[in-house]
Amino acid sequence: MIELDRVTKRYDGRSVVDDLSLTIRSGELCVLLGSSGCGKSTTLRMINRLVTADAGTIRVDGKDIIAFAPEVLRRRIGYAIQSTGLFPHWTVADNIATVPRLLDWPGPRIAARVKELLELFRLDPAAYRGKYPHQLSGGEQQRVGVARALAADPELLLMDEPFAAVDPITRDALQSELLRIHRATGKTIVFVTHDIEEALRLATLIAVMDQGHIVQSATPLDLLEHPASDFVRDFVGRQGLGLKLLSVRRVAERVRRGESAPGESLPQEASLRDALSAMTAQRTDRLPVADPAGRPIGIITLADLVR
Amino acid sequence: MSGRAWFATPLLWVGLLFAALLLRMDLLRPVFRWAFPETTPLIYDRASFLELFVAHLTLVAVAGFGAAAVGVALAIFVTRPAGGQFRTMVGTLAAVGQTFPPVAVLAVAVPAIGFGARPTVIALFVYGLLPIIENAVAGLEGVPHDVREAADGVGLSSRQRLFAVELPLAAPVILAGIRVSVTIAIGTATIGSTVGALTLGTPIFDGLVANKLPFVIEGAVLVALFAILTDMLFARLDHWLRRRRGL
Repeated sequence: MIELDRVTKRYDGRSVVDDLSLTIRSGELCVLLGSSGCGKSTTLRMINRLVTADAGTIRVDGKDIIAFAPEVLRRRIGYAIQSTGLFPHWTVADNIATVPRLLDWPGPRIAARVKELLELFRLDPAAYRGKYPHQLSGGEQQRVGVARALAADPELLLMDEPFAAVDPITRDALQSELLRIHRATGKTIVFVTHDIEEALRLATLIAVMDQGHIVQSATPLDLLEHPASDFVRDFVGRQGLGLKLLSVRRVAERVRRGESAPGESLPQEASLRDALSAMTAQRTDRLPVADPAGRPIGIITLADLVR
Repeated sequence: MSGRAWFATPLLWVGLLFAALLLRMDLLRPVFRWAFPETTPLIYDRASFLELFVAHLTLVAVAGFGAAAVGVALAIFVTRPAGGQFRTMVGTLAAVGQTFPPVAVLAVAVPAIGFGARPTVIALFVYGLLPIIENAVAGLEGVPHDVREAADGVGLSSRQRLFAVELPLAAPVILAGIRVSVTIAIGTATIGSTVGALTLGTPIFDGLVANKLPFVIEGAVLVALFAILTDMLFARLDHWLRRRRGL
């Protein structure tokens, strides 16, 4: 759990983050959403003390972060950034091993952890362990950057626009992987982005920021259905609101159990938007739905999407 | 690198030529006799070339290590938050050191500390600082911002960041500065002979004074080969540094 309590940061007398309070529960994937200069990155960087707050307190698991030496605090908090910041003179394995080495893990445990993380990110350990960052594609670098952030198994992971610099297809794959890893590990993640689609897709909690304030913090669905102000309404985008609503609801919520239909089945964790897309492509108004093991559990119809 | 490629490098051949001339300059006696039939002796004989080389090497090594240690330390200092305000001052001082001709430094140093090797080392040290400081500052400042931020973000202390990240990444640029400094120092050290230091410049100045051109040629060729060989060794070191980083 992270509590930001009336936190303020000023640069040259101007408040970049102004009297901001936010509570993020354990296991939450909280997205700080806003346009550039709204203070979202500064807020994130105050949590691991890369930026020191001028006023207010920040508590991680109930403890004021001021009580820790910055290095000690940061080794317990994963940190991944847009440009990856991989150490160019170290191999992939050495980069991932950075924090475990700082924590003096024994060698075999580090090697096992590196292998485990490479497998988690679907990078073949034998092929990737000895490569240098400049030998990787942008998406692979980003995976290694996140793997490094997760290496010492931190309870909390901070991500500053980690997928902003990769192409759309890679970004989509990385987002899926982050969701998979979030579900698998239950880590608390704070994620900064300016991309509303990315926020809707990833977040369990979205905090919309403007001029150093949080203007609304809500689940993606709440944010779309009940925007707190015109600013939020504009930011979320009036156009395509229906499609965005479809994108934050899961097929599992609308499934008609026990019925069956022909066609290619949808996974139950797919969004309603995916369902609409699949129906349009397959020229049908109903599709079967399957559970994660691939067993059919029912159907969903076009009418169910707008119910 | 394959065995053949290693054999084909000029480093080996320049090294062998240098060693041969250093130990057996007298083998060239027939050549000198043909070119300078009037002159005797033909081969410099007041000290062995090996002895001169060792003295020359010692001067350059002492001044070079000193300049490298002080230069890199100053560069580290002025690129830390605490030392940032001294950056311009250090740069200016180093530039002044470079502007002073080494001969002038010798002229000032000799009355203060006497003749011999010591004023020469001081002159070489002062003259060699600038390229080292400039390159080390450029190298340290050239470490990408995101790499530095990531180093802080994952929990490296500032000392760990310096030694594990910044210095290794800046190493090729720092090395290039030391390479320039040392190579220049090898040539410049010859003037130490004018204040009584023993160097490979001694035959040159003796030859000029006594009008014996073969001495001048012998000293000059050895100094040139020494400088070329050193430069090649630095190139090898640079290659090794970069290869270790998978470049």
